[in-house]
Amino acid sequence: MNKSVFLGALTVAGIAAGAAAAGTLDDVKARGKLNCGVTTGLVGFAAPNANGEWEGFDVAVCRAVAAAVLGDSTAVEFVPTTGKTRFTALASGEIDMLARNTTWTFSRDVDLKFEFTGVNYYDGQGFMVPKDLGVSSAKELDGATVCIQTGTTTELNLADFFRSNNISYEPVPIETNAEAQQQYLAGACDVYTTDASGLAATRATFDDPAGHVLLPEIISKEPLGPLVRHGDHEWGDVVRWTLNALITAEELGVTSANLAEMSAGTNNPEINRLLGTEGTLGEMLGLSADWAKNAIASGGNYGEVFAKNIGEDTPIGLARGLNAQWTEGGLLYSPPFR
Amino acid sequence: MSDKTTNPIAFVAKGTIPPAPPPASQAGVVKWVRDNLFSSVPNGVLTLVALAVIYLLLQKTVPWLVNGVWTTSSLNECREVLDGRVGACFSVLTERWHQLLYGFKYPADQYWRPNLALVLLLVAAAPVLFFDLPRKLLIFTGLYPFIAFWLIWGGTIMAPIVALVGFVAAGAVFQIYGRGSFALGFFGGIATALIVWTLGGMLIPEGASDNAMLQAVPSRDLGGFMLNLMLGVTCVSLSLPLGIALALGRQSDMPLIKWICVVFIEFVRGVPLITLLFVASVMLAYFFPPDATVDLFLRVVIMITLFSAAYIAEVIRGGLAALPKGQYEAADSLGLDYPQAMRLIILPQALKISIPGIVNVAVGLFKDTTLVSVISMFDLVGMIRGPILASTEWNGVYWELLGFAAFLFFIVCYGISQYSQWLERRLATDHR
Repeated sequence: MNKSVFLGALTVAGIAAGAAAAGTLDDVKARGKLNCGVTTGLVGFAAPNANGEWEGFDVAVCRAVAAAVLGDSTAVEFVPTTGKTRFTALASGEIDMLARNTTWTFSRDVDLKFEFTGVNYYDGQGFMVPKDLGVSSAKELDGATVCIQTGTTTELNLADFFRSNNISYEPVPIETNAEAQQQYLAGACDVYTTDASGLAATRATFDDPAGHVLLPEIISKEPLGPLVRHGDHEWGDVVRWTLNALITAEELGVTSANLAEMSAGTNNPEINRLLGTEGTLGEMLGLSADWAKNAIASGGNYGEVFAKNIGEDTPIGLARGLNAQWTEGGLLYSPPFR
Repeated sequence: MSDKTTNPIAFVAKGTIPPAPPPASQAGVVKWVRDNLFSSVPNGVLTLVALAVIYLLLQKTVPWLVNGVWTTSSLNECREVLDGRVGACFSVLTERWHQLLYGFKYPADQYWRPNLALVLLLVAAAPVLFFDLPRKLLIFTGLYPFIAFWLIWGGTIMAPIVALVGFVAAGAVFQIYGRGSFALGFFGGIATALIVWTLGGMLIPEGASDNAMLQAVPSRDLGGFMLNLMLGVTCVSLSLPLGIALALGRQSDMPLIKWICVVFIEFVRGVPLITLLFVASVMLAYFFPPDATVDLFLRVVIMITLFSAAYIAEVIRGGLAALPKGQYEAADSLGLDYPQAMRLIILPQALKISIPGIVNVAVGLFKDTTLVSVISMFDLVGMIRGPILASTEWNGVYWELLGFAAFLFFIVCYGISQYSQWLERRLATDHR
């Protein structure tokens, strides 16, 4: 009997959580603030600066959504989450959306009942070697010692890659990224492998970053993107199309600099639809007509956000690579605003 | 002639010999070194090895400390200034000290509030820790939790006042009815407090905190070492009375109370603190509607308090068990009832025996507060691991930050341990 009472309480709690999940867009508007889950700190993607303001590539997505929904890019309550707490925070309704460099995988989408609303960064596992090693391709790494984090998909990807290329390696198992940096710098391994963005951020902290190179091979797919709860499609659409608006803005050449000029009306009907001077796209989403304009004004288009936080002029220095527009050989391809 | 016959002894001392200094090998530095460092061959070898180790350590750390850079604004600038020399980059401390101490969201112009709360904490704790001080100071100690709450969280002053009135009313009810029947006084007191808080809560107008004298600061904005201190002080002071109650409950003759206490203590001691914290931060969120959750700080305080109360209960049970049976019988033969016997005879002795154990738990608990960084609260360690190491300026600075954290914790923990030793000496009145 006690058990049934407990299960009953669980059910009630589940129903309550489900009910709360139903109208996230209305909840956010009523609250006047967006609760956005971010990481507790990852170089370039999300971290508070010396003044305590959150900055970063994932943070920019939160700010854009807040600007689109509420017209104010500062109306965000950033909820820091760890790798362990992120999914429960989203499922329980503590946060409205999660923008925390989370890989879009089948089981997270289907089994954990979340909805990935797009990809804001195409990551993948890469290799870093000291320049002195004189290696220019991962296929030349025969017999190398490799630092890898144990218990991750990284380890499995690595084994697959070396086996399929029929070359041998010696793994050096390590626990954390910090330990990996120390081991690699101390020369305990020839190669360090993890996600390419992580490698770049790690290299940026080295005494002599120019002495290390990232090899061109990327051996796994890690599409990172914002996600929302399953079942609230209106809210999912808002987040998805806000991200698409940033990407489309770059494709169409709308920047934070020429935004005011463009929103006065242009010859390009798609820009007009995007910025709300033509058509009723905002109304269809349940937002104001200038929603996308606000989103772009919050931090610029996708390219500007990228350049400001993780691009080649920052210490992290990531090239656009896969994250270039489809017109420039990348994978960014937003559906049309029509 | 005369000197040959009258004085057959060859030498007679005409006065006392002036005192000579002891041989060089038996005095001063040489003797000390010989006795303490080279008294035998193995000791001599150990001394030399120890000297070599100390030299190696100092050789690394002294230049690192002396060359330390204090004024740059990023790790790369530090490296430029050092230009290849070994040296610490203490600039991270000068630039981010306020984040390390107060967290990154506490409003900077309000730092005086936690500072004042800390100073008042010392004043409030003094009469509890040093019982030579006038007892009237305890009135301030009683008021302190409400003052500190108001200072740190800000907002309307009505909230702490209502809370205080609730406690005072409960105390009064207990005083009046507790004499006749303990249960009546106890539960009557709880009911009174609840009634006062509910009524008082209705009196506070909606939005009273918006234009309060002190700007309201939500719990989520607390952080840094301030958070560690707050959690440590709150949890230790709450878990001590709870632990005493649990220890007495476990010894009780009433089966229901006894078994509740046993099950509670054994359950809590059987699970790691980190799982309780995860329950507090993650699982409880499922049971509340999203907008009506209990404050995360409060949830964490409850969990840590319950955890350390179970440990303190076991320590105190050890103290109770160490008392000879005669003490209990003596109390009974004097005609004292149970509360009197405990208050006047048993607990003063049992607690004295338990001091080292209690202090052990308190120090451990204080250090365990850094575990909250795992549930994404930004305490001192959370600030270091999260925001500071994730900033582009300071990624890669480990020793300076963690050394600073260790330094702060050492000051507090060493202070606690010194106090407990003083207390033991002071209370050794003694039967041994």
